[in-house]
Amino acid sequence: MPIKRILIANRGEIAVRIIRTCKLLNIEVVLAVSEADRDSLGASLADRAVCIGPGRPTDSYLRVETIVQAALGTGCDAIHPGYGFLSERAALAALCEDEGVIFIGPTAAQIDAVGDKLKARFHAEAANVPVVPGGPVESLAEAQALAEKIGAPILVKAVGGGGGRGMKLVERLEDLPATLDLASAEAGAAFGDARVYLERYVAQGRHIEVQLLGDGAGKVIHLGERDCSVQRRYQKLIEETPAPDLPAHIRAQMHEAAVRFAQSLDYRGAGTVEFLYDVARAQFYFLEMNARIQVEHPVTEAVTGIDLVAQQVAIAQGDGLTLDQSDISFDGAAIECRINAEDPARDFAPSPGRVTNALWPRGEGIRVDTHIVDGAMIPPFYDSMVAKIIAHGPDRDTAITRLWQALKNTRVEGVATNLDFQAELLDDPDFVAGGVDTGWLARRLARVEA
Amino acid sequence: MSLTAKDVEEIMKLLDSSTFDRLSLEVDGMKIELERSGASPRERPAPATPATPEPAPKSPRAEPAAAPSVRVSTEPGLIEIKSPLLGIYYRAPKPGEPPFVEVGSKVDTDTVIGIVEVMKLMNSVPAGLKGEVVEILGRNGELVEHGEVLLLVRPEA
Repeated sequence: MPIKRILIANRGEIAVRIIRTCKLLNIEVVLAVSEADRDSLGASLADRAVCIGPGRPTDSYLRVETIVQAALGTGCDAIHPGYGFLSERAALAALCEDEGVIFIGPTAAQIDAVGDKLKARFHAEAANVPVVPGGPVESLAEAQALAEKIGAPILVKAVGGGGGRGMKLVERLEDLPATLDLASAEAGAAFGDARVYLERYVAQGRHIEVQLLGDGAGKVIHLGERDCSVQRRYQKLIEETPAPDLPAHIRAQMHEAAVRFAQSLDYRGAGTVEFLYDVARAQFYFLEMNARIQVEHPVTEAVTGIDLVAQQVAIAQGDGLTLDQSDISFDGAAIECRINAEDPARDFAPSPGRVTNALWPRGEGIRVDTHIVDGAMIPPFYDSMVAKIIAHGPDRDTAITRLWQALKNTRVEGVATNLDFQAELLDDPDFVAGGVDTGWLARRLARVEA
Repeated sequence: MSLTAKDVEEIMKLLDSSTFDRLSLEVDGMKIELERSGASPRERPAPATPATPEPAPKSPRAEPAAAPSVRVSTEPGLIEIKSPLLGIYYRAPKPGEPPFVEVGSKVDTDTVIGIVEVMKLMNSVPAGLKGEVVEILGRNGELVEHGEVLLLVRPEA
């Protein structure tokens, strides 16, 4: 049944991005906005905007019942959750299923299956997808046996930790007993859970992810990979496709493993499987699956020519997956820079406020996804990304040159941004050479400060 | 950063309860400009970036759901009672029963003036002030947005 009217439960650039495809598909859009986003570009482009609550996300964009009520009350037959906010909350997908509203995404059960790290790891192992060697340990003897198998260096991680917290590095195996005691005691104090697990420490790792589309009945195709290794504190800054300097057989194995994982779940919609690529060992490990559209999806669209949001809609309305793997071809290279309202000179502190003047670049192979126009307000409640600038070219060098030039032709006045910082990164010989690891940016920042 | 999201919310509330339409504040290099939605809009050129598509010509289909009602009363000094949340507005406790209030009803701070339903959860809306109902804008059984005006009340002096 064709979708006629979509409620977008999101904001910012992704709301504008989804509206663009809806207009092409002749689908009406109702945009859910918080008080802080009433005057946003998305609100003016949508057929209707409905205010769902105050600016704070917990009072508006994160309210499952309010979102579904807004969809029902405005006669929408589907909800597009975008990324972040409720996009990976099984509760929203489940309530949509109960109320007969199409959720443009996977099933609640699939979101649940990949949302929990341990469950996802279990599913990966079951699908014969490599995971980081390691596992939970309950005694010193068990830990030592496992450590021998994995080999040093090893990370001792708290089960209750995450996001870089509750991790200890063991460089030599003889240090394991002392570190294990300490890590367990600290985990108990910090997280109320003394359980720890061991994991191989990947000194030089790259973040490489595979874009997938699934029809929900076992058919899954991939749309290539993206390298998102330029990160600052786990936040991606630059993403590109194809991943540079990656052995062809590794690339093919990653694509196959990602497809296998999604097939095992009968995955429905657009999704991304993230891998950690261990450069020294030339091995990759499953990290997690993102059950939604990704921020960095435009680079994939640039080289494949496929509108991922249109595919999401088609699958959601029951058209199935009309594309076969053989329909997917890759043309050249594409790179994306995330432009954030943050001040690199002040340790990347967020810089909300009003944009007095915004001039976005144009040119061959340049795409800009943004919600920022002259006079736009960047509210303090949300993340600081104001735009994504994407360059596509016949090869990586051309894409880099085009992107650098595009950044130089961009003006955002009234708030601080990382535009110049991003241009410097694109110009860095390490980045130009290709294949930097996830620690590269942190080392570079430390070097500049020293 | 010296201002938290909570601070900004507080400042917005202060502006809301003041008689001013616009507030500009600079603290530690952070600039905040707030504007009442009713205030005269600043010059805001039409979006014309390569990123933003031209709004497509309106389809012949009906506008998505009903747009909020427009107030008729021009009497000065009327107070707006707004919906505290998005949901379906009901003027009566049950279908077939008389509405909570009609034009001319006297209300007090705690008088329930309607119900807003969010996914089968009924939230009663109190008047929040003492006075007389002059106009009813919220339509029974239809969606009201967060902050949408439900009633106009002439406050009691």
